This record gives sequence, structure tokens and C-alpha cells, in this order.
Amino acid sequence: MDFVTILSIFALACFVGYYVVWSVTPALHTPLMAVTNAISSVIIVGALIAAAASGNPVAKWLGLAGVALASVNIFGGFAVTARMLAMYKKKER
Amino acid sequence: MALDLPEKTTDLSIAADAAHAVNPWVALAYLVAGVCFILALRGLSSPASSRKGNRFGMIGMTIAVVTTLATHGFGIDLEVGADSATAGLNLDPVSLLEILAAIGVGAVIGLVTARRIQMTAMPQLVAAFHSLVGLAAVLVAAAAFFNPGAFGILGLDGNILAISRVEMALGAAIGAITFSGSVIAFAKLNGNMSGAPILLPARHVINLGTLAAILVLTGLYALSPNAGAGEGWMFWAIAIAAFAIGFLLIIPIGGADMPVVVSMLNSYSGWAAAAMGFTLHNTAMIITGALVGSSGAILSYIMCRAMNRSFISVIAGGFGAEAISGGEAKEQRPYKQGSAADAAFMLQQAENVIIIPGYGMAVAQAQHALREMGDLLKKEGVSVKYAIHPVAGRMPGHMNVLLAEANVPYDEVFELEDINSEFAQADVAFIIGANDVVNPAAKTDKTSPIYGMPVFDVDKAKTVMFIKRSMGGVGYAGVDNDVFYMDQTMMLLADAKKMVEEINKSLAE
Repeated sequence: MDFVTILSIFALACFVGYYVVWSVTPALHTPLMAVTNAISSVIIVGALIAAAASGNPVAKWLGLAGVALASVNIFGGFAVTARMLAMYKKKER
Repeated sequence: MALDLPEKTTDLSIAADAAHAVNPWVALAYLVAGVCFILALRGLSSPASSRKGNRFGMIGMTIAVVTTLATHGFGIDLEVGADSATAGLNLDPVSLLEILAAIGVGAVIGLVTARRIQMTAMPQLVAAFHSLVGLAAVLVAAAAFFNPGAFGILGLDGNILAISRVEMALGAAIGAITFSGSVIAFAKLNGNMSGAPILLPARHVINLGTLAAILVLTGLYALSPNAGAGEGWMFWAIAIAAFAIGFLLIIPIGGADMPVVVSMLNSYSGWAAAAMGFTLHNTAMIITGALVGSSGAILSYIMCRAMNRSFISVIAGGFGAEAISGGEAKEQRPYKQGSAADAAFMLQQAENVIIIPGYGMAVAQAQHALREMGDLLKKEGVSVKYAIHPVAGRMPGHMNVLLAEANVPYDEVFELEDINSEFAQADVAFIIGANDVVNPAAKTDKTSPIYGMPVFDVDKAKTVMFIKRSMGGVGYAGVDNDVFYMDQTMMLLADAKKMVEEINKSLAE
């Protein structure tokens, strides 16, 4: 992929993000932050690549540390979001 | 020479293309992961669909992680036609164990924290999580610096590609700002640090200077012919300057502006992920980064609008610095004080009650008692609604979560725009732990610091009940509130939780 292709994906994703986020109900803004937090830990992909690569021990350890940090966020973020969302209940009729 | 140059550029771009020419199935998997993340946010448009959305998020993350491990860990169908540029294809079992151990450690810490955290402490937790994303971004950028071959960003001359250097530097810088900024935000929200703004002399000059230094260094680093060894210091200088600016940016911002700060850092953590996605040419990371970046930016905008403040003025900081001095009410004005029994009696007689909770309710942990009061009133045939201001609490939507935790059904909870017209028909406006969001000065007094902020029209309700610890303190903005002194206002001066519990006792009798 060349730079312009990537930039196009990025620009379009910004628009998607804009419209999707405006449609989020304000009551769920805290879970929104928790879940965006969890998904931004997709940066773990970069950390995994570094941790899996041979050749440079420093890069490998930095990668492993990154994997651990991002994992805290992924598991913690999704779990706390699930915990919050489970509390939102409708009126019992 | 003139002929040489374009040739060389072509060579470099071919090398880059080869390094990034991934198997189409791998690229597709990352795209699917990205789409799952979009669906995760889409699900949050209503509480009913939100749980499904969260599962989409988990699926997307699993796809991204498994795909990365499969391609980089086991060398399955890795990059087509690349040879030298991709080091470390086949992962030895020891490395795989190390990676799984790192994931396991993170998972345990994350899950335990998520289970134990109190809902009132949600803003701190989110700030702490932001700092981890930021730090992870810095670590990934640093790893790319040490082992560019693994990331497929080496040019033919053995140097990291210029464009990748810019992306790495930006990723590291945004990550570092997110990290140090979130650490300060965490300390302020968690009470490890005073919420009062800390104002350094000439802080605007220092901040802008540091920002300019980061940009100049990024430019120099991209252009430097010897970026790998000789001039690698620039990469580190950028990261260190960014750590400093994150710190400097957040210390002058006061406690009342923390919702904006938390949203802003949310946005930054997204941009950091996007920058690293550019380095890795990874669609999942770019899509996610763009989603999270826009999400945080929109939330910051909503928060600023709800306080009628510009984003620039929040970032410039210092709000609330003088509020403490202007805190005492200048003149003693007459007000009516009521007891829990009086309040209970009037609430029972009412047909429509609108409850306005603020952060004070959360501090007093009064949400469960409040829900009980709502239940008791509903039993008497009173219609009970909750009205929530966008900036109530310490982060966007915080109050909704606290009410949900106390088992308040979400269809009884309304946003400012949806309920404000109903105060004219309300018999009782019940204010608990809120202050500035019901201050009519925001509508009438042009000199007021909160002028222009959208507020609840509680003055239109037949009766206003205002729970407040004492008459001394005022809201964050440090302004007196005319609602205290209105004819129809009954001040209930006590701790919020105790007062509501007493009202409940009277109601139950």
C-alpha cells in the first residue's frame, strides 16, 4: 500500500468515526470512552511484531513490555465496559 | 546527479512496497477487525444494542491479535516477495511463550482492575488506561527504531524510510503526550494531586516553544541522511520533549475542566495508534485510530459546549484559579430551610418530580438512597424523572453510569435538551449535589463566569428542593446562585446521603 492509499483509508475512517460517534447516546458516553480505550490498544499489533521479531533484543523487550501494557487495556477496557453496560436496564413493566 | 535522484527515489518506494506487500487475506483480516471496531461504537447508539457492540469489539481485537501472531509468529503466508526487509519470520517457541506470558500478565491485571473498580472512580481508571495506550505507543515506536527491519520500514540504503521516520516520531510524540498528560489527569482525579490549577510563569511560551521544538526536530529527523545511528538522538529528544509537554499541558488545568481533559487524552490515544498504523501500513490500526481520535474530539467538543467555553481556553488552563477567593457569599440573603419531613410531605403531594443529580451526589455516595426515594415516590403514584447535564460528574456520561449502577432504569433518565421544557409542569425540582448547572445567572448575568452555559430551568418548577451541605460553599465556578433565595426554594442543608435517607424514612412512614 502506498502512502496515499493509507491516507485515504484514514480520512474516510475519520468521517465514519465522526458520524458513528455522534449517533452514540449521551447516556453511554462513559462506556464509549472505556471501549474506545480498549480498541485503541490495537496498537498491540505493533508490539507483537516487535516481540516476535528476532535480531534486536532491545526491540524485543520493548515489544514485550508493549504487549503487556496493551493487554491490561484490552482485557480491562472490554471487561469494565461490559460491566457498565450490564447495569443499564429498562423499566420493569 | 540530476538523473540519479529520481531513480533512487523509485528504488526506495519499490523497496517499501515490497516490504508492505502483504498477503491479501492478512490485509482482509485487519480490515474485518477495523469494521468490527466500527460496529462496536455503532452498538452504543442505544443501551439495548450496546452489549452486542462490545462483543464486536472483542471479536475485532481477537482477529487483529491472532492475525498478527499467525503471520509474524509462525511465518504463515507472510509478506509476499519480501526477503531482506522482513527479519524474524518464524518465531521460536520460547518467544511465543514470552508473548503469551506478557498477554497473560496484562490480562490478569486488567481483569482484576475492571472487576474491583468503583463506578465513582471510573474517570481515574479511564485516565490510567489512556496512559497505558500512550506508553505502549512510545514503546512500539522505540522498538521500530531499534529493529526497523521487523516493521518493514527499511529503505535500500539501510536507513529507516523518511516517511516512516515522520510517522514514528509523531507516534512516539503523541503517545508520550498521552502518557504524561494522563498520568497528571489520573493524579488530579484520584486526589494524589490537588485539583487546583498549577500556573507556571510564562507557561504559554514554554508550551509553544516545546511544541515548536518537537515539530522542528521531527522535520530534521525526517530529512537527516544518517537517521539510524548518528542522528538517532533526535528521535529520543522528540519523545522526551513530548513527555514534558504532556505534563506541562495538564498541570494548569483545574478540576472542573477534567471532563474535557479526559476526552482530549482519549482523542490523543487514538491519534497515537493511527500514527503507528501508518508506520505499519495496518488498516485495523488506522481505522481504530481515526475512530478513537474522532470520538475523543467530539466528546471534548460536547463538554466545551456544555460549559460554554472554547477548547482553547480550557487548554490554556487556569480556570477556577480565582474561584476560591470569590467563594464566600458577599451578602447574607434570606433563604428558607426545610427539614426531611417537610420535603417528604411535599414530594408525596407532587405529581411530577424531576431529580437533578450532580457530582456531589456521587461524592456522598447517595445514588442508592436516591433510587430508593424514587421507588417510594413511584409507589405513591408520583412520576419521577432524572435530568442529567452533560458536564455532571467528572467525565462524559459519568452520572448515567452511577444511576445505572443504582438500578435506575435508563428510560427514566433524560438529557438537558430533552427535559428542560418539562420544568414548567414539574411540581418539584429536586437538586442533589449539583449547583452551577441550575444557576439562572448563566442565562441572565452577562458578567457571570458561567454566562452562556446551558442550564436547567429549575426556576420554572413550582417547588425547588436543594440539598446542600451548608450555605457557605458555592459551585466550581465560584458564583452565588439565585435559586437558593427564591420563594419556592426549600434548602435542605445536610450531607446528601443522610438527607435522602431521612426523607426515605419519612416517606415510608
